[in-house]
Amino acid sequence: AGNFQFPEIGSLHLIRCYPPASAQAFAEKWKLNNPAYPPWTWVKSLEVPIFATNQVEEGYLSLENVCIVKSNDDEVASCVEGEASLYDKEDEESTDSATLVQTSSGNDNVQPYYFDFHIIYSASFRVPVLYFRAYCSDGRSLGLNEIESVLPANSAKVLLESKWTFITQEEHPYLNRPWCKLHPCGSSDWMKLLFQAVEKVDRPAMELYLVSWFSVVGPVIGLGIPIQMLKEP
Amino acid sequence: MKEAQEFVWMGAIPLQIHLHESEVTTVPPPPPALILAPRIGYLPLLLPLIKPYFSSTLPPGVDTVWFEYKGLPLKWYIPTGVLFDLLCAEPERPWNLTIHFRGYPSHLLIPCEGEDSVKWNFINSLKEADYIINGNCKNVMHMSQSDQLELWNSVVNANLEAFIRSSSKLKSGTIEDDYASKSSLSSQKSQKMIGEADTSVQTKTGKVPVRLYVWNVSEDFGDMEDAPPIDSWDRISYVNRPLEIHREEGKCFTLHDAIKTLLPELFGKKRKPKGEGNISQPLETGSTADDDPEIKLLRIQGIEPKLETPISWVANHLRHPENFLHVCVYIKVPSAKSL
Repeated sequence: AGNFQFPEIGSLHLIRCYPPASAQAFAEKWKLNNPAYPPWTWVKSLEVPIFATNQVEEGYLSLENVCIVKSNDDEVASCVEGEASLYDKEDEESTDSATLVQTSSGNDNVQPYYFDFHIIYSASFRVPVLYFRAYCSDGRSLGLNEIESVLPANSAKVLLESKWTFITQEEHPYLNRPWCKLHPCGSSDWMKLLFQAVEKVDRPAMELYLVSWFSVVGPVIGLGIPIQMLKEP
Repeated sequence: MKEAQEFVWMGAIPLQIHLHESEVTTVPPPPPALILAPRIGYLPLLLPLIKPYFSSTLPPGVDTVWFEYKGLPLKWYIPTGVLFDLLCAEPERPWNLTIHFRGYPSHLLIPCEGEDSVKWNFINSLKEADYIINGNCKNVMHMSQSDQLELWNSVVNANLEAFIRSSSKLKSGTIEDDYASKSSLSSQKSQKMIGEADTSVQTKTGKVPVRLYVWNVSEDFGDMEDAPPIDSWDRISYVNRPLEIHREEGKCFTLHDAIKTLLPELFGKKRKPKGEGNISQPLETGSTADDDPEIKLLRIQGIEPKLETPISWVANHLRHPENFLHVCVYIKVPSAKSL
């Protein structure tokens, strides 16, 4: 009874094993279906060197340098590679690794923000948790208020109403720096609903897990997920 | 149980708080503030007591308060007693801290907007502990706003009686054979001595909310006084993982077992890579391989419990108000294992 909890094997893999199957599967599918996005990579948690042994490895999924531009309409437009130069005439070097996610409807005065996303497994809540941070082209970190301004309208409203329990600034579990965290308290309820809705799943449940989770969480911070990632075997 | 709670709640650290010299605008500089800080409290909550000492000497501007010990900015959401146990290898009384009212290091510390920030951090930790123990946050979520506020205020004031009253509405339970939290913190009836060997034939699993602060000491030192100061949070490994207990008949899961379970990378036998949730299996105590790391010091609530103490006793009696057990541990890893 109670909440959905991912089976023990899954959680063991996400924390303790070599790049976990579900994280790898997620990264591969992402790459396949989002050629214009940078790929997700698996980052080993180094912490103090003593924790890095051959056998077990903690880590997290990382997607960095995603460029998000606030659009006038709140649609998540398809991402376009290479058009970053339209908005960053002065910062040629920053366009190389950045990928434009949203296109603005022709407003040249828009300031592009860059996001780093880390998906880190929470041993307490037994779900992945999204951490992210944002910064300007000059490297200056963005405060929560400024990040709010780039979120989809729904998220901004929820954030306003429940300041302390939705997206908060917290310390990154490994990096000892302030990041933003999307609270997992409701996550496992969502996941339960999602898995109940999927009647027959041919693919291994683990592979589907991260994809499904991200389809719910991604739009909150403006990262859409192509429908192909959910469909294809 | 009540005596242990009183011991924990009455614990306090004498602080001697100096204003950072860059913020002193008067001659002579103000004397330091002498404050007795509750162990279970948080440094930002002391501001109303501290500010009067320094308000007349501050430069103009908006206050953004932060604390520092020997150059290390202090994480405000770690309880005061835990900071002291961790950062003062040799306890320093009074504990000399520096306070800043300007120049918040926002690249290092998450923002603190006064008491509200500390309160919400506390409530979120309470939810996390609730989730770990019960598998959901219902207990906390179902508390009314005013009940939550009452609970929080009892922590701010270090008022145990008020806390017991408020937390009766929050069934946190104690670690027993079964984890259906029937007993509240205020209940005296379920006081079966948990340290004793269980006569009931059961292997039950339970989870304990634990926050472990590990300092890997690379050099040897004789006295704690000679321990090098911690100059960066990168030297501390923070482990926020629930402790899973598998209780087996006749066996006692000790504090030592708990540490080894939480730090499998450091202790005991190598495991087969293909596990099935085996990380929680208690390792054999008494494994004294030469290459095992050495626990030089282990502190909880300012005391150094014997490693053979049953973990259930430790968790039930020494936890913080948000139901986490905070453990500071100094470990010396033999050079063969470090990089």
